[in-house]
Amino acid sequence: MEREKVIEVKDLVKRFGSFTANDRLTFDVYRGEIFGFLGANGAGKTTAMRILCGLSRPTSGKVLVAGIDASRRPEEIKKRIGYMSQRFSLYEDLTVRENIELYGGIYGMNMKEIVPRREALLERLSFTSYGDMLIRALPLGLRQKLAFAVAVFHDPEIVFLDEPTSGVDPVTRRQFWEMIYETASRGITVFVTTHYMDEAEYCDRITIMSDGRIVALDSPSALLRQYGTASVEELFVKIARPQKNIV
Amino acid sequence: MKRFMAFVRKEFLHIFRDFRTLIILFGLPAAQILIFGYAVRTDLKNAGIAVLDNARDDVSKELTLKLEASEFFNIDRQLASYDEIDATFKKGKIKAVIIFPERMASTLAREGNATVSIIADGSEPNTASLVTGYVSGIMNDYSATLTKGITSTVPLINPEVRMYFNPNLESHYMFVPGVITLILILISALMTSVTIVREKEFGTMEVLLVSPLKPWQIIVGKVTPYFFLSLVNVTVILLMSWLVFGLPVKGSVALLIAECMLYILLGLSFGILVSASATKMENAIFISAFALLLPSLLLSGFIFPIENMPKIYDYFSMILPPRWFVETIRAIMIKGAGFSYVWKETAILAGMTLVLMIISSRKFKTRLGEGKE
Repeated sequence: MEREKVIEVKDLVKRFGSFTANDRLTFDVYRGEIFGFLGANGAGKTTAMRILCGLSRPTSGKVLVAGIDASRRPEEIKKRIGYMSQRFSLYEDLTVRENIELYGGIYGMNMKEIVPRREALLERLSFTSYGDMLIRALPLGLRQKLAFAVAVFHDPEIVFLDEPTSGVDPVTRRQFWEMIYETASRGITVFVTTHYMDEAEYCDRITIMSDGRIVALDSPSALLRQYGTASVEELFVKIARPQKNIV
Repeated sequence: MKRFMAFVRKEFLHIFRDFRTLIILFGLPAAQILIFGYAVRTDLKNAGIAVLDNARDDVSKELTLKLEASEFFNIDRQLASYDEIDATFKKGKIKAVIIFPERMASTLAREGNATVSIIADGSEPNTASLVTGYVSGIMNDYSATLTKGITSTVPLINPEVRMYFNPNLESHYMFVPGVITLILILISALMTSVTIVREKEFGTMEVLLVSPLKPWQIIVGKVTPYFFLSLVNVTVILLMSWLVFGLPVKGSVALLIAECMLYILLGLSFGILVSASATKMENAIFISAFALLLPSLLLSGFIFPIENMPKIYDYFSMILPPRWFVETIRAIMIKGAGFSYVWKETAILAGMTLVLMIISSRKFKTRLGEGKE
C-alpha cells in the first residue's frame, strides 16, 4: 500500500559560500511516522531541519513539506508544523495556561477554540492542578512534557523535535517517548533529532547524516542487519564518523 | 492580527509580572522627577545676599529691612563699592547682590519709578532663579504698599535681574525635558533591546521564528507595549511636574506628545538595532547605556549646558539624538514654541529615526533569516 508522504525531499543542496552543508539529500517521510534524524555535530542536521521548518531556503533541489514548496512558500509551512527545541521553549514567567494560550494564539486559534482544548489537555496530562502555576515553579521533567504538548497543541501535520530530551532524566525520557508514540498514533508525523542512540531505536525509521550527506536510511532493525551491528550506537560509530577527516 | 495580539498580550504579561521591570517603568520616572525636582526647588532659607546701597535713603533702607525680615534671606554684608562684587561672588557664600541706585527715593518721587539691580550667582542656576524671583517678589510687594493698593501696570520699582557667570540661566527648568529624554531612552531603547535579546538568550526566539508569526510581527509585537508604556510615562512625568512643581507646558501638548512619539520610535529602532547585534542581555544593556544613556545625560544639555562645552563636544553632540530632542521639548514646554520653531530639530530626529529603522530592519533580517549550524 502506498503511504502518504508528508515530507518529500529530492536532491536538496544547501551551500553557505563554498561550504556545502547539505549535499543532495533525498528522503521521504510518511504520515504518522516517527522519523529519526541522526548525525554528528556539524553533519548538516540542523541546516536540513531549518529548511524543512521554512526558516531557510534550499540552494537547489525539491523540498515539499505538508505538500508545500519550501523554496517558494516557507511561511505556509510554518502554519502546518509544530516545533520544539532542545532549549527550553516555554516562558518561565507565564503560567501553564498562559503559555498554552500564547502558542494557540500564535498559531491562529481563538480563545473559544483554545480554552476547551487547553482544559482537555491539562486533564489528559493530569496537569490541571498546575494550570495556574508559573512555568518557573515546575520541575524540569514536567516542563519538557508540557513543551511537547504545546508544540502539538494546534494539531500540526508534522512536529519537529530538535534534541527534545537533552538533559532529561531517564524516567522522563521514557514518558516523553510515550507521548511521542501517542502523538504519532493520532496521525501527527514526528521528525526528531537526537543524540541518544537508544532513542533512535524507538523510531520507525532513521537516517544518519555525515558530512552533509545521508549515509544510511531505513528502519533501525533493517540497518542493524545490513551493517551487522548489535546496536544503533555501534552502527552510528561505524558509519557516521566523517570518513575523510579534515583535508 | 489574532496571532499578533496573542503575542502582544504575552509581552504585557512579561512586563506586569516582573517586579523589576515595573519599578523601572513606573518607579523610576516618579523618583527622578522628585529627585531632580526637589533639587531644583531647594527651599530658599536664609540665603546669603549682599547689598550695595548707593542710595542710603528711606526707600533703600526700608527695602533692605524687608529683605532681612523675610525668612528667605540673610543680609550677609553691605558692600561699599562695585569693586567688591566680584570677590564676593568668588567666595561663593553670597547668592546675590542687590544694588540700589543713587538717589533712589528722589528718583522714585520724581519719575514714579526706580530700578534696582539684582545680580545673582548664575553658577547655581536653580538657586539663582529662586533668589531673584523672591527678591523681585518682595520689591513688588513693597511697590504695592507705596501705591496704596492702586494697581498699576508699571511697577514702581523695577527689579533688573542679571546673572553672574551664566547670564541666560540656560539650565533652569531643564530637568523635566531632561528626565523625559532619559526615561524615554531607558524604556524604549534599553528595555526593548533587553527584552528581545532575552528571547534569544532563552531560546524562545527560535520557537517564535518557526511559528507563523512573521519576523516583523515578533519585533513590532515586542516593542508595542513599550511604546504605549513610554507614552504613559511621558504623561505621568508631565502631570507630576505640573502638579508637584507647577511647571505647565507652555506650548501645545499635542505637539509635545507627537515629538515624544517620534523620539520613542527612534529609541525603539535603536533598541532593535542593539538587540540584533547583541546575543547576551548584558551586552544589550552595555551598548544601550553607553551609546544613549550617557550621552543623553552628559551631552544633551540636560545637566551641562552645551554652550559651556568645548566646541568639539558641541559638534559631537549634534549626531546624538538626545540633543535635538531636549532642545525641541524645551522649546515647546518652556518657551511655548510651535512647530514652525522646532521643525528643523524634528526633521533631524525624523531622519535619524528613519535611518535607524532601515539599518535595524536590515540587520535583523540577516540575523534571523539565514544562519549556519
